[in-house]
Amino acid sequence: MRAPSSPEMLLAVEDVSLAFGGVQALTGVSFDIRKGEIRAIIGPNGAGKTSMLNVINGFYQPQSGRITFKGKARTTMRPYAAAQGGIARTFQNLALFKGMTTLDNIMAGRALKMRCGFFWQLIRHGPALKEEVEHRRRAEEIIDFLEIAAIRKIQVGRLPYGLQKRVELGRALAMEPDLLLLDEPMAGMNLEEKEDMSRFVLDINHQYGTTIALIEHDMGVVMDLSDRVVVLDYGRKIADGTPGEVKCDEGVIRAYLGEPQGTSG
Amino acid sequence: MLSTDISLDTLPKLLIHNASAIGKRPAIRHKDLGIWQTWTWLETLEEVRAFSVGLSELGLRRGDRFAIIGGNRPKLYWAICAGQALGAVPVPVYADAVAEEMAYVLSHAEVTLAVVQDQEQVDKIAAISDRLPQLGRVVYDEPRGLKDYDHSRLVAFEDVQRIGRKRIAIDPDCLQRWEAGVADGKGNDLAIILYTSGTTGRPKGVMLTHENTIVSARNANAFDQLGQDEEVIAYLPIAWIGDHIFSYVQSYVAGYCVNCPETPDTVVEDRREIGTTYAFAPPRVYENLLTLTMVRMADASALKRKLFDFFIAIARRWGEKILNHEKVPLTARLLYAIGNLLVYGPLKNRFGLSRIRVAYTAGEAIGPEIFRFYRALGINLKQLYGQTEASVYITAQPDGEIHAETVGKASPDVEVKISEGGEVLFRSPGVFVGYFKDPDKTAEVRTPDGWVHTGDAGFFDPKTGHLKIIDRAKDVGRLKDGTLFAPKYIENKLKFYPNIREAVAVGVGRDFVCVMVNIDLMAVGSWAERNNVVYSSYQELAGHPLVYDMIAQHIDEVNRSLAEEEVMAGAQIRRFLVLPKELDPDDGELTRTQKIRRAFITERYAPLVEALYHGATVAEISTEVTFEDGHKGAIAARVAIRDMQPYAGRVAKMERAA
Repeated sequence: MRAPSSPEMLLAVEDVSLAFGGVQALTGVSFDIRKGEIRAIIGPNGAGKTSMLNVINGFYQPQSGRITFKGKARTTMRPYAAAQGGIARTFQNLALFKGMTTLDNIMAGRALKMRCGFFWQLIRHGPALKEEVEHRRRAEEIIDFLEIAAIRKIQVGRLPYGLQKRVELGRALAMEPDLLLLDEPMAGMNLEEKEDMSRFVLDINHQYGTTIALIEHDMGVVMDLSDRVVVLDYGRKIADGTPGEVKCDEGVIRAYLGEPQGTSG
Repeated sequence: MLSTDISLDTLPKLLIHNASAIGKRPAIRHKDLGIWQTWTWLETLEEVRAFSVGLSELGLRRGDRFAIIGGNRPKLYWAICAGQALGAVPVPVYADAVAEEMAYVLSHAEVTLAVVQDQEQVDKIAAISDRLPQLGRVVYDEPRGLKDYDHSRLVAFEDVQRIGRKRIAIDPDCLQRWEAGVADGKGNDLAIILYTSGTTGRPKGVMLTHENTIVSARNANAFDQLGQDEEVIAYLPIAWIGDHIFSYVQSYVAGYCVNCPETPDTVVEDRREIGTTYAFAPPRVYENLLTLTMVRMADASALKRKLFDFFIAIARRWGEKILNHEKVPLTARLLYAIGNLLVYGPLKNRFGLSRIRVAYTAGEAIGPEIFRFYRALGINLKQLYGQTEASVYITAQPDGEIHAETVGKASPDVEVKISEGGEVLFRSPGVFVGYFKDPDKTAEVRTPDGWVHTGDAGFFDPKTGHLKIIDRAKDVGRLKDGTLFAPKYIENKLKFYPNIREAVAVGVGRDFVCVMVNIDLMAVGSWAERNNVVYSSYQELAGHPLVYDMIAQHIDEVNRSLAEEEVMAGAQIRRFLVLPKELDPDDGELTRTQKIRRAFITERYAPLVEALYHGATVAEISTEVTFEDGHKGAIAARVAIRDMQPYAGRVAKMERAA
């Protein structure tokens, strides 16, 4: 059912290294993300997965290496620029505006797309109003898509965790990203919520053609969802390939289950 | 009132009439992307016509059956009318039916085309398509997720309309031909086949003509003076006769506007925005609203709770009398007015019933306490008694003649009588043509002179002359010693308690009455939270000794009220247990309209029933459950059983038994 991934490259990470003082978080990691695919990044705890995402969206500046996004190479970038460039993300621990409603949170995701200046938005007339109507329509489409109409006007702080996750996904989608980074979208969810979320991830990929990179611990989810998987361990890439290939890779099995002698990783 | 015209004898004719008579008025609304979209009668006609011509291009012909599967969407209501305009017969199917049930109905009805809401329904049909050789095209409303599906059979609703519009544009005679086709339709043409969910056995296809449904709708509108200005919300299954008459036929006859909610979860919110004036719901909806309110109140601050309790007591005392225009002292009126400002008004607003003129409950008996609660708030809630076979209306309560435990008087044009065996029979213009492809069953139910057996036991209350339904005729039984035992009567008394979601009473041919109870997870869960009762699953909560204590207290109160009634005193509850799993239509324990299937349940939980009658204090049970995605699993549990002490009733027999 999956749309065939075109081999066109959206993002390439080349030989990226990142250290915090003496701690080497990433060491010479290279991989690529093709346009339209779902790419999983997996690895044991502390393998550097979230650091990798933070490097991609410019939150961390790697000490060395090169990142090419949409054909443009760069070494440093600010998160703001990444967002404008078309990279959106969700967080391992939610980062929503808890006191705001679902709708307002999603509208916040549209902020970068607003063209009218502060003054126009303040008086909320003319072009600003017209623009807001358009943004609201896009936000409502996302609400409809993620089936969260019933919680549209509810403060997100009062929502159950699974729904908050969905709202956060909605806010990321509102940016109409080219690349969507999901940091453990299913952590802490029950089976039914996971199934729902998997469905949404697939639907986003299908419907909007959004390229997705996700970190996930649930191997069932990873194997079912992703087109290709990159495996990190101790900040190094130890495997890269289709879910089937990665599953059989000895290095990966060692990383997860430990050495036969018991020197575990 | 519109259209009492005799020539308007089919629904498509009514639509054409409405489009010319009240074309600018709203016919249907749907909340989409957060905004209410409105279609006038004129626009509705255009949409229906385009779809209808498109269907005819796809090969739908007079007499063909086609399926309608999905939620309450304007497009699905239009599809019903569009098919009827061609003389084809719509067969609405419960959208939450599992593939198995759907396969039976679709193949029994021999549908050649299906109009469905979304991917979920498309998937279900794909899963059973090998059993539906006659089925051709599948028309869908929402394209989401269907992009990569094989489109050789699938076609979008809009595309069918596009085909229709194109045809109308290139062929000038097309419109006339379509209208001539509509004019050819007769009142006694088959209008719809509705499959009854059936508490026993396979669903049966009830065939109704245009005349059946239109006459019923016309009488109902006249009975409650319903006109063009009503606003209703369509949220009940479109495959249910209640919704069909109420959200479709009555709307076409009266010209009122039907509102389709955004999603099933937003109904309460949407109802509040619309401010419905006429409502129709099974008791469960009212029960849930009340449970929700009680749960919220239990969490409210002490002051709010006091205020609530005080004014609800006032309402219970005077509200109904005020609603019935009886004489009430001035102080009571004043207090009620204050209460209305502080409590009843806001509460009604929460329920979305601020503008309500008439609200009906039907489908099953409602607990008299729940019923009185709503009336006390000033909501004109009434009961009606109906059946698919009657095009709904058999009896209804006229304004001002409300007796909580009766279902009212015979509706206009309906004759009702009680057979010697105590069964309710009726005869009316709404009486169905027959069961589809089942003349034997039809003959069983309908006598040659047109009387229909309802299968319900009842009697006319000697004081009021209103009909009182006790139970399903076949369910009313006797205990071993001959005491009358009406299980539903007892179950309904139990279900009034917010903590009890369902109850199943057993006792036919036994020494005494026992019940199996389903707790209400929302109510009991909130109680557990407030009382520091820790639990990890539904099963654990259900088996908690404190929950048992609470249920025992409820049962004790029910026993006391049973003891006060001469006929029922002998049928007090002696033993009970709390079921470890929620009764579920997916497991066949409830019907799609949420009625319990008692025989099936007692069979399925046979070890528990045996334990109830053999003095055991604990029983083992293992049952199969079906999860939402269709796969099955098993749960095993140990269930405790408690004894109850019956009250000495007014009847001598009781003493002997006790």
